[in-house]
Amino acid sequence: MRIAGKLLGAGVSLGMIVVLGFLLFRVIPGDPVVSWARGRPVTPEMLASMRSSYGLDKPLFVQFLSYAGGLLHGDMGQSFSYNRPVLDVIGERVGPTLLLVGTSTVIAVILGLWLGIRSAWRRASTFDRVSTSVALALWSTPTFWLGMLLMIATGDLFPSRGMRDTDTAPDFVSQSLDVAHHLVLPSVTFVAVVYAQYQLVMRSSMLEEMHAPYLTTARAKGLRDDLVRRRHAVPNALLPAVTLVFLHLGLVVAGAITTETVFTWPGLGLLFYDALSGLDLPLLQGLLVVTAGAVVVMNLLADLLYGVLDPRVRAA
Amino acid sequence: MSVVWERRRTALRSGWREFTAQRSGVAGLVVLGVAVAVAVLGPLLTGASALDVTRVEAAAWEPPGPGHWLGTDHTGRSVALLVLNGTGASMLVGLTAAALSVAIGTLVGIASGHFRGWPASALMRVTDFFLVVPQLVLAIALSAVLPRGLGTIVLAIGLTSWPATARVVRAQTLAVEARPYVERAHALGGGHLHVIAHHVVPAVLPLVLVNTTLAVASSIVSESTLAFLGLGDPTHLSWGTLLHQAQLFGAVSKEAWWFLLPPGLGIMGLVLAFTLVGRALETVINPRLRS
Repeated sequence: MRIAGKLLGAGVSLGMIVVLGFLLFRVIPGDPVVSWARGRPVTPEMLASMRSSYGLDKPLFVQFLSYAGGLLHGDMGQSFSYNRPVLDVIGERVGPTLLLVGTSTVIAVILGLWLGIRSAWRRASTFDRVSTSVALALWSTPTFWLGMLLMIATGDLFPSRGMRDTDTAPDFVSQSLDVAHHLVLPSVTFVAVVYAQYQLVMRSSMLEEMHAPYLTTARAKGLRDDLVRRRHAVPNALLPAVTLVFLHLGLVVAGAITTETVFTWPGLGLLFYDALSGLDLPLLQGLLVVTAGAVVVMNLLADLLYGVLDPRVRAA
Repeated sequence: MSVVWERRRTALRSGWREFTAQRSGVAGLVVLGVAVAVAVLGPLLTGASALDVTRVEAAAWEPPGPGHWLGTDHTGRSVALLVLNGTGASMLVGLTAAALSVAIGTLVGIASGHFRGWPASALMRVTDFFLVVPQLVLAIALSAVLPRGLGTIVLAIGLTSWPATARVVRAQTLAVEARPYVERAHALGGGHLHVIAHHVVPAVLPLVLVNTTLAVASSIVSESTLAFLGLGDPTHLSWGTLLHQAQLFGAVSKEAWWFLLPPGLGIMGLVLAFTLVGRALETVINPRLRS
C-alpha cells in the first residue's frame, strides 16, 4: 500500500515535470524561434519554415499533445544548435557526468558522515569547532569560485580543461590515467562544496540521539564508548541523515552544472551552460525533463529503500 | 491586549539576551551592518565615471599596487570600486528574493497546515514536488525564458526556493493547532481568520524570521551562480556578474587572482554572516539546540 502510494506520487511528479517543461519553454517565452534567432541573420521565410517544422504554428493544446506524445516515445525534439535529436545529444553527455558526480558524491558522503559523527560525539571540542566552522565556510562558498581559485593555486599541476588530452596513447591504462588526472580538480571542487551539508545534517542528527535513554543502557551494559557510538548511535542517526541526503540531490545537480562549466568537463552540466548561452530552448527543455526526472526517480528509490531499512516507516 | 504585549516585549528582551550570548551570531550581525553601510555608501563614494569603460585610464589586468590597491579588470576598471559597487546589487537581490520566497512559503505552509481536505493535500503535493526538483535547474529555466534583469533573477530564485519554508511553517502550524487554546478559540466561535491571525501567525513568526535569514544566505549564492552562468543583469554589476566576466575574459589563465578573490570573499562573507545570524536565532527559539 505504501509502495503503491509512493509509485503514484512519483508518477504524478513526473507528469508535473512534463507540464512544467511545456509551460516554461513553450508558453512563457512566446516564440522560441524568435528568441533563438535574436542576433542571428535570418529571413522571415526561414523563421516561418522553422516554426512549421517544430510545429509551433499549431494551437498550444495540440502542441502539448504532440510534445507529451513524443516524450512517451523518447522523442524530445530537435536541438536548434546541434541539429540533432535532443535525446542523442543528452545521451552522449551522461557518462562523464556520472563519472564526476559518482566519484565525488561517494567521497563527499563518506567524508561528511565521518566528520559529522566525530564532531557530534565530541561536541564543543576543538575538533567539533574547527570542522564545523570549515564546513560552514565551504557551505557559503560559491562552487565555481572555489574551482577558479583551485585552478590558479595549483598552476600546471593538474589539467583544468576537458576530460582527456588528445595526444594520450590510445591504450586503456594510459587513457584511464589521463581521465583520472583530469578528474582531480573538478572532483575536489565538487567534494569541497557538497560534503558540508552531509556533515552538518549528520552532526545534528547525531546530537538528537546523544541523550537517548538507549545509549545510557548501552553504556550501563559496559560497552566501550567506541562501540556505543558505532553500534547504537550511528545506525539510528543515519536514517534521517540519509533521507535528507536524498532530498538534497538537487544540490548535486547544481554542483554538477557549475563545476562542469568551470572545468569544461564534457558532461550534462556543461551542456546546460552551452544550451543556455546558445538559447537552445528544445535542448534546455530536454535537460530540465531528464535531470528533474532523474532526481524524482532517485528519490523514489530512496523512499523505497528507507522502508526496507526502517520498520517504523513501513508501519506508518 | 496590553498584558499580551507586555509579555511579548519581555520575551523579545530575553531572546535578545540569548542572541548576544552567542559570539558567532553577534559577529555575523556586525558583518551585516558593515555590508549594509558599504552597499549604501559604495555608489556615493565611487561616482559613475570611475566604472565607465570608456573613461578609465589605467591599463587592463594591472596587479594590486599604488593607485589601484586591488588591481584592475580586463578593461582597466578598479576592482576595489567594482566590488564596492557590487555589494548593493548582491544584497538587494538576496534580500528581495528571500522575502518573496519566504512570503510564498509562509502562505502555502499556513494554508496547507490550517485547512483540511483535498486542497490542503494538493498544496502539500506541489510543495513536495518543488522540494525535490533541482532548484537551480528551474531557476535557470525561468531566467532563460524571461527578459534579463535583476527582477527576473529575484523571480527565478523566489519562485523556486519557497518549499523548505513551507514545510517548516506547515509543521509548526499543525503543532500549534493541536494545542488546547486553539480548540478553545474554535469553541468560542473564532473563525479561520481569527485563529490564523491571533494564534497561528504569532507562533509561526519566529520560525519565519530564522528562515528568512537563512534564505537570504542561499539566495545570495543562487544569485551569484545564475550571474556566473551568464544570466545576470549586465547593467547592475553584482559580485556574481563580476566573476562571470572574470571567467569570460580569462582571469584564470592570466592568473589575475586580484579580480577573483574580492568578489568571491564578499559573497562568502555575506553568506556566512547571514547563516551565522540565522543559526544564532534558531538557537534562541529552539532551546533544545542550546548546550
